Amino acid sequence: MALMTAFFAVIQRDLILAFRRRTEIANPVFFFILVVTLFPLGIGADLKLLQAIAPGIIWVSALLAVMLSLDSLFRSDFDDGSLEQMLLSPHPLTVLVFAKIVAHWLVTGLPLLLIAPLLAVFLGLPEQALGTLLITLVLATPVLSLIGSIGVSLTIGLRRGGMILSLLVLPLYIPVLIFASNAVEMAGNGLAVEPQINILIAIFFMSMVLAPLPAAAAVKMSIT
Amino acid sequence: MELTQKKVLEVKNLSCIRDDRVLFKGLNFCLRNGQVLLLEGKNGSGKTSLLRIICGFRMQDEGELRWCNTALKDSEYFAQIAYVGHLDGVKKELTVIENLKMSLALSQAGRYSITQALKKVKLAGYDNSLVQTLSAGQKRRLSLARLLMTKKSLWVLDEPFTSIDKEGIKLIESLMHEHIAQDGMIILTSHHDLNLVEKDLQKINLSTWH
Repeated sequence: MALMTAFFAVIQRDLILAFRRRTEIANPVFFFILVVTLFPLGIGADLKLLQAIAPGIIWVSALLAVMLSLDSLFRSDFDDGSLEQMLLSPHPLTVLVFAKIVAHWLVTGLPLLLIAPLLAVFLGLPEQALGTLLITLVLATPVLSLIGSIGVSLTIGLRRGGMILSLLVLPLYIPVLIFASNAVEMAGNGLAVEPQINILIAIFFMSMVLAPLPAAAAVKMSIT
Repeated sequence: MELTQKKVLEVKNLSCIRDDRVLFKGLNFCLRNGQVLLLEGKNGSGKTSLLRIICGFRMQDEGELRWCNTALKDSEYFAQIAYVGHLDGVKKELTVIENLKMSLALSQAGRYSITQALKKVKLAGYDNSLVQTLSAGQKRRLSLARLLMTKKSLWVLDEPFTSIDKEGIKLIESLMHEHIAQDGMIILTSHHDLNLVEKDLQKINLSTWH
């Protein structure tokens, strides 16, 4: 199918691009590691305290790392005219934008997923919470990319959109932050986390269906 | 490739206003299969703005565009446009082939295969070079290769001759002849004296449409 071909071609292209600009892609991961390691240095090696705030630290750092990487989602395509060409494709822009979001998650969300359990152990997060941490990351990092795509597509037309982007996007990240870090905390205390996970699943599917549409519309608007 | 279906782009009473300045007003024209429209005018007379309106990148301030007697909103029209603008629309970190494959995935395959198109624009042998190693003129040629390998009936070319050598200008002209002979349509802006002797060449000077 032509549409599927286009969808995977966009993902493949963005992955090749990410590979050719390795340093840019590695930055959010290093940022994530650095911010997480700053906390024990700042508040001392009090294991009880660290354990208590570990879910929050990991999640806030993940949020900020994803937000830092959002600008790369459309920036270069906007600057070199690739977005204009996508607009003239017979395929719906929503699908192409969704492909770009998937590629963005693969290069920013996925590495966080791999590195987060390690950092959780550093912070002394109880072992029984590690599984839940991974589940929340799997469910919620795509949501960060999806919601972020709306904000970034609204601001690509602005030369210095960085600050306004965080003002637009961070408030929308709050529900994800609340349920995800709460789930990890509960799991650490050995409590049931099904409700939080269910809500995260709902947010995941909702943003998957609802985010690409306004993002594509905003891309169109930014080009004109 | 056949484009035998009769197509027509009508522009009625079109106006474009930018920052309170009227670029053009009450513009009318009609473009059919096998016709070329050359836009002329001073710098800042709205040539690029008109092309961007035709491509749907910009909204007109007044008037309407119709494609085969229907309003433009249906996506079929935009899929017919091949646009070569000031931005090349190619990724400099990708190779020539990777760029063209991407364009191909985004539209229907046209008259030429990728290799044929590259040979045609004299870029054969650069298949695996990164686009950032190409010169400005070669990048232009690459975005013209994109025209050849996708199936689009309306070419919208914004200054296609920029940074292209003499031989390249001849090449583009021959490609345009070929496209017109195949019943395609072309809208272009250019400061060069075009060597097109088509009977179907329309000229519009935007400076006179205030």
